[in-house]
Amino acid sequence: MTSDNDRRRGLLARLRGRPAARSRGRRRLGAAVRLFAALMLAGGAYTVFAPGAQAQDNPPLTGAAAEGKALFDVSCVTCHGRNAQGVEGRGPSLIGVGAASVEFQVSSGRMPLARQEAQAHRKPPLFTDEQTRQLAQYIQELGGGPVVPEGDELREGGNVAAGGELFRINCSQCHAFGGGGGALSSGKFAPSLRPATDRQIYAAMLSGPQNMPVFGDNQLRPEQKADIIAYIQETLKHDQDPGGFNLGRYGPSTEGLAIFLVGIVALVFASLWIAGKS
Amino acid sequence: MKRRKFDLAATPGKAAVGVDDRFAVATPLRKLLNKVFPDHWSFLLGEIALFSFVVLLLTGVFLTFFFEPAMTEVVYDGSYAPLQGTPMSAAYASSLDISFDVRGGLVMRQMHHWAALLFMAAIVVHMLRVFFTGAFRKPRETNWIIGSLLFWVGFLAGFTGYSLPDDGLSGTGLRIASAIMLSIPVIGSWVTSSIFGGEFPGTIIISRFFIAHVLLIPGLLVALISVHLGLVFKQKHTQWPGPGRTNNNVVGERMFPRYALKQGGFFMVVFGVIALMGGLFQINPIWLFGPYEAWVVSAASQPDWYVMFLDGSTRLMPAWEINIPIGDGYVIPPLFWPTVVLPGILVGLSTMYPFLEARHLKDRKSHNLLQRPRDVPARTAVGAMAVAFYVVLTLSGGNDVIADKFQISLNAMTWAGRIGLLVAPPLAYYITYRLCLGLQQHDREVLAHGVETGIIRRLPDGRFVEVHQPLSASNGHADGHGELGYVGWVVPKKMNRLGALGPAIRGFFYPIEKPVEAPVSPGHPPVEARPEREAIGSGESRR
Repeated sequence: MTSDNDRRRGLLARLRGRPAARSRGRRRLGAAVRLFAALMLAGGAYTVFAPGAQAQDNPPLTGAAAEGKALFDVSCVTCHGRNAQGVEGRGPSLIGVGAASVEFQVSSGRMPLARQEAQAHRKPPLFTDEQTRQLAQYIQELGGGPVVPEGDELREGGNVAAGGELFRINCSQCHAFGGGGGALSSGKFAPSLRPATDRQIYAAMLSGPQNMPVFGDNQLRPEQKADIIAYIQETLKHDQDPGGFNLGRYGPSTEGLAIFLVGIVALVFASLWIAGKS
Repeated sequence: MKRRKFDLAATPGKAAVGVDDRFAVATPLRKLLNKVFPDHWSFLLGEIALFSFVVLLLTGVFLTFFFEPAMTEVVYDGSYAPLQGTPMSAAYASSLDISFDVRGGLVMRQMHHWAALLFMAAIVVHMLRVFFTGAFRKPRETNWIIGSLLFWVGFLAGFTGYSLPDDGLSGTGLRIASAIMLSIPVIGSWVTSSIFGGEFPGTIIISRFFIAHVLLIPGLLVALISVHLGLVFKQKHTQWPGPGRTNNNVVGERMFPRYALKQGGFFMVVFGVIALMGGLFQINPIWLFGPYEAWVVSAASQPDWYVMFLDGSTRLMPAWEINIPIGDGYVIPPLFWPTVVLPGILVGLSTMYPFLEARHLKDRKSHNLLQRPRDVPARTAVGAMAVAFYVVLTLSGGNDVIADKFQISLNAMTWAGRIGLLVAPPLAYYITYRLCLGLQQHDREVLAHGVETGIIRRLPDGRFVEVHQPLSASNGHADGHGELGYVGWVVPKKMNRLGALGPAIRGFFYPIEKPVEAPVSPGHPPVEARPEREAIGSGESRR
């Protein structure tokens, strides 16, 4: 009699078996299988479509940037990591620092760093101007950031008097009244401005390297930056020192040294000479 | 009437007789011109200070013709282009005019500043000479006190002068001075507001400092210097012990003509050195510092060297603030200790030292003979300790420049200064004391055994001994030991110095006399004996 009953219930029901025999465990297994299938579908769709969408956001590197990346992967990657994402304890991420920062650090020889210490020192640059530009382009295309305007003579049109006032307010605290630099805490320092070019000073103001604050365009407008550069390059570097040898422009410290080493020494010799004439 | 013949040769004599008839000055003048000054190079250090003070007066008078001591705001339109159109005080504008538009103004300003630095440096060097040779002992304690006061008054003169140009550096110094005054408990705010005429910087401070700098302080300096020199005259100069020199006489040169000529020449040398420095070395380029604004403070803003020790003590002082819970609470800032208390202690110690030493040694005698530093190890060592203390503070005053230029961490410099301030003075004391004892011992050794000849002799038993040349004829001792006493003066230690106190070949840069040639025959000695020197009296006795 059982087979008659089966026939009446239809094919699907027969496949499922008897309703009373369908356990809770089997119901749960079915739900898991359905969920798995749905996830597979969604994940599959993502793997098919997502890479296409990302490629549309990040256009491929331009020629210069690709050259820069090649240089980066040889000289900078040790500390700044793959794709300039930084290495913990070695070098910071360069995403978003901008071309200005690269230009300052690389063209002044500070990067590549000779060794890890309180602050990078100026050295003869390792890369040519062209290579520096390529590196800067690569970092710029990675994450954007401030860029130094075109041209070598960024002081053009700058007003020396206005620049002097801005320099004394904003720069002389660390770089000193004569631009010779000064000490900061724990071995850090504000370097001398004498070897700096127009572009390096501009880049430093824009990017705030090492311990220097950033002087963005809303703190110092581009024409004010030109004033400051004009003051540094035309007054501080070309000041003829009307008073004679400037003793390094270190302020009263070297003047005190000079009065003992020159004045007192000369006069003690004079007194030895005079007293010897008896 | 027969015209009298004019006798040119007799004119000065006649005129002198005429003057003496009227004023009766011959006797006191003779005494003055015959006054004897002992001669040693170290006695000329104080003169450097005196002569640079004269240069200060001369150049300072020139500067007052052009300086405008006012804080009125003007717009600069002088010839220094990078400041044209900048608003500034009249004082700063006139300082710039002195530097750029007054003929010879810059060299005068620089000579004035260098002369000020030299004045203070010479005072310190002179003071060290007086200290280390014991010249401050009775009866000259008063002159020591006056000398110490001269340093502190000179300090004030320097500070007020440094503040006058009203450039960025002087304003920064003034700001620190006002903070120091404010830190004095209870009276600080009153002192500050009465000096500045209200809040810092006010509008009156430059005029007040000007009158202090050109009238009050120089007047005080002139008065102190006059008393200082008058006392040297009255009490007579000390002298080194030596042949014929005792505690009761003065051996040296008469005031006129030799001493006066030498001093006149030395004045010219001092003037020349200051003029050369003023022309060759740039000092305080005020045009680079710009006009003072409260928000402009340059790196490497230091005071002149003689104030730098206070800057150093401030930099080394830990930030220990004392809160006293009275009323709303009262605070003694840490600045008070290194800049008010420390100089107070230094003034007290330095002026009182002669009395402290006399009390310690129970020494109530008058001393006119100097002591060699090695013969008084304790005093010399105390002096070295004071010098070490001062040098550590002064170097710490410029520690940011040192840190920057020698690439040392500024924090390391500060800690080196803190530790050095505690460690260096005792170390200097110990080392100096041992050096003095060693030098003393060597003197005694040479007196007892003679000078090293460099001749090594081998004895029959194989030992080597060095032959010594005794300083005097041996009196019975087989090994040449004499019994020479130490007289407190240089003991010859080289063979070619024997027989004379000075070097065998005289001359400063090159020999002024040829070394004598060997005698042709014993009968013809080529060298004549030196003429005997006689003591020259000044016509007055010491006591």
